[in-house]
Amino acid sequence: MFPILKKQMLAPNICLMDVLAPRVASSARPGQFIILRTDAKGERIPLTICDYNADRGIVTIVTQMVGASSRKILSFNEGDAFPDFVGPLGIPSEFIHFTDQQLKGKKYLFIAGGLGTAPVYPQVKYLHERDVRADVIIGAKTKDLVIFENEMKSVCDNLYICTDDGSYGFKGLVTDKLKEIMNNGAVYDQVVAIGPMVMMKFVTLAAKPYNLPLIVSLNTLMVDGTGMCGACRVTVGGKTRFACVEGPEFDAYQVDFDEAMRRQGMYKTQETEADHKCFIDLHSHE
Amino acid sequence: MSKIPRVAVREQDPLERAHNFDEVSFGYNREEAILEASRCLQCKNPKCVSGCPVSINIPRFIASVNADHMEEAASVIAADSSLPAVCGRVCPQEIQCEGSCILGIKYEPVAIGKLERYVADWARKNSYSTVAVAPYNGKKVAVIGSGPAGLACATDLAKAGCRVAVFEALHKPGGVLVYGIPEFRLPKDEVVAYEIDQVQKLGVTIETNVVVGRTVTIDELMDREGFDAVFVGSGAGLPRFMGIPGENLNGVVSANEFLTRSNLMSAYSPDSDTPIYVGKHVTVVGGGNVAMDAARTALRLGAGVTVVYRRTEKEMPARVEEVHHAKEEGIAFKLLCNPTSVLGNEKGWVTGLRCIRMELGEPDESGRRRPVEIPGSEFDKPCDVVVIALGTVANPLIARTTPGLNINKYNGIVADENGVTSRPGVFAGGDVVSGAATVILAMGAGRKAARAILDYLKIS
Repeated sequence: MFPILKKQMLAPNICLMDVLAPRVASSARPGQFIILRTDAKGERIPLTICDYNADRGIVTIVTQMVGASSRKILSFNEGDAFPDFVGPLGIPSEFIHFTDQQLKGKKYLFIAGGLGTAPVYPQVKYLHERDVRADVIIGAKTKDLVIFENEMKSVCDNLYICTDDGSYGFKGLVTDKLKEIMNNGAVYDQVVAIGPMVMMKFVTLAAKPYNLPLIVSLNTLMVDGTGMCGACRVTVGGKTRFACVEGPEFDAYQVDFDEAMRRQGMYKTQETEADHKCFIDLHSHE
Repeated sequence: MSKIPRVAVREQDPLERAHNFDEVSFGYNREEAILEASRCLQCKNPKCVSGCPVSINIPRFIASVNADHMEEAASVIAADSSLPAVCGRVCPQEIQCEGSCILGIKYEPVAIGKLERYVADWARKNSYSTVAVAPYNGKKVAVIGSGPAGLACATDLAKAGCRVAVFEALHKPGGVLVYGIPEFRLPKDEVVAYEIDQVQKLGVTIETNVVVGRTVTIDELMDREGFDAVFVGSGAGLPRFMGIPGENLNGVVSANEFLTRSNLMSAYSPDSDTPIYVGKHVTVVGGGNVAMDAARTALRLGAGVTVVYRRTEKEMPARVEEVHHAKEEGIAFKLLCNPTSVLGNEKGWVTGLRCIRMELGEPDESGRRRPVEIPGSEFDKPCDVVVIALGTVANPLIARTTPGLNINKYNGIVADENGVTSRPGVFAGGDVVSGAATVILAMGAGRKAARAILDYLKIS
């Protein structure tokens, strides 16, 4: 069993949990994910790792309530335990393979959409600990749904917040903000976008004219998460790849986003419909 | 004795069972088992034993059944097999023990599989188990994977007094017994869970949710956690696709995904949160046991089902019994045809499978006649779901994270017949070495590796 040591609501329907999972915590790296189950009848739910602490044996996850399975996760409280919690799965972010020397002087831009802010945080934190500069754009539907703002501020250079309704920060989409920053002469060695599939698609289109190297993290459907089922297959560079074992991060310009979005909807008719999609959709692969 | 015909096993009516997930075969009762056991010739030089990958003393356990000495029968089997109720149900006996039975030359072979199942079911129902474990010998062994290879290896090591820890990637132990083989062939709670429980009674621990290669590496297990040896029985879990156009349309799934949803995640039950999609008509591509399992599962979920296979029934790798059961239940077979593309609508959902007719040419390296396309013979088979059951290969995760462990071109681990790999202290067996095969061959490999591990650890 994997006890929940801390539960904190970050926004209405968005919750952070610290889960005691020492084996996962000691192997976790930025960019990886876990799969959990809430009960014997529950789905295997993939969630991106938002933080980890090997010494304390803790893995942090963030969940947004969008359907039956995420509702089950949110019904857990401090002191409860998940029966199953497995990981870390997937390949860590590319930059963890770089030496400090290779990272020196590099500048990153992270574009986070909705719940995608949570998995961006450990990446920015990792770079910050190695004195690598990173700017961050966070996009959310409305002010209440902006998460990890203070945490992000403490590890990034410039933080740009965008809301669809203008209730906080810049009024508009992350792609508008990206264009604005680039048109003002910003230079980045690498851009990483994590958020709903549709956001990543449009970030890719927006980034292309600037020749920005861009990595995206694909939140595909999965069952086992270890390469067994192939539910997560995506077309990258014309080839079928398994997001669970060959990703989840890929070169954005090679990804067939339309196929990926269509495949996400494979079981939609059988699932509880999300109350809304788009920019506050979550990075929970549901 | 040869005058007595082989005792037929009672089965659920095909039309009835096509709508439920209950076990197809009821198994023998006492009278049937004793009558069938009386057919055994008790050969002095029993060919059946050498046909058995784990070398069960078959004539002896059959003699015990014939005398109705059930405890003795159970003990004889338990000496060599830790999963008799599983093997009695899923072994391809027709090419192993029963395939070697002398009676089979002139008459029908003794129904060794059905008798094994009868003995194992008796032991379970009567809570009879013979547990003899040697005192702790001071050695710790890690077993990776809780499928047939891992469980067989763990059993023999535990009996010899090793402390054995099994690591399983999924949330339930059993490997292919749990995610692959359907409930109607192998009941999960009643049979699989019980036999795994028996292995745990030997002192074997099973830690689920550990993906070796990600959660922990083999080097960490040996250096930090103090394991003296490691057995890798991680199976062949990666599905193969065809690489034809349309394969990523919505509605195309691997048999692994389809069966994992239904079996491991119990998606066949309305209680389960995990969805499964069958539409109105399912086409299954492939001719092996996995293809039959997928087809029969789809049928039970309410779809019309067609199996497409590129050779003829004779070349099908599936067990004869499985093909027979599938046909009885109403599954259609389109033989000598091969998919060339998956057809879809404008929304990206499957609408059919384009196939080309085949004819058999010269034998290939497998000895089976090679299927050759008949030009211009393409036709479209309408369906909503395509299940691809063309085999699986080993997951490269462990090999990639274990320096010095040699692999072959299929990502399988290279090991000799005793499971010895290129890494001292690391042994491997089952599908991860051989490629996708059978439960019993994996068990046999697990047992051989256990002996090699005991030698390596200098335990007699």
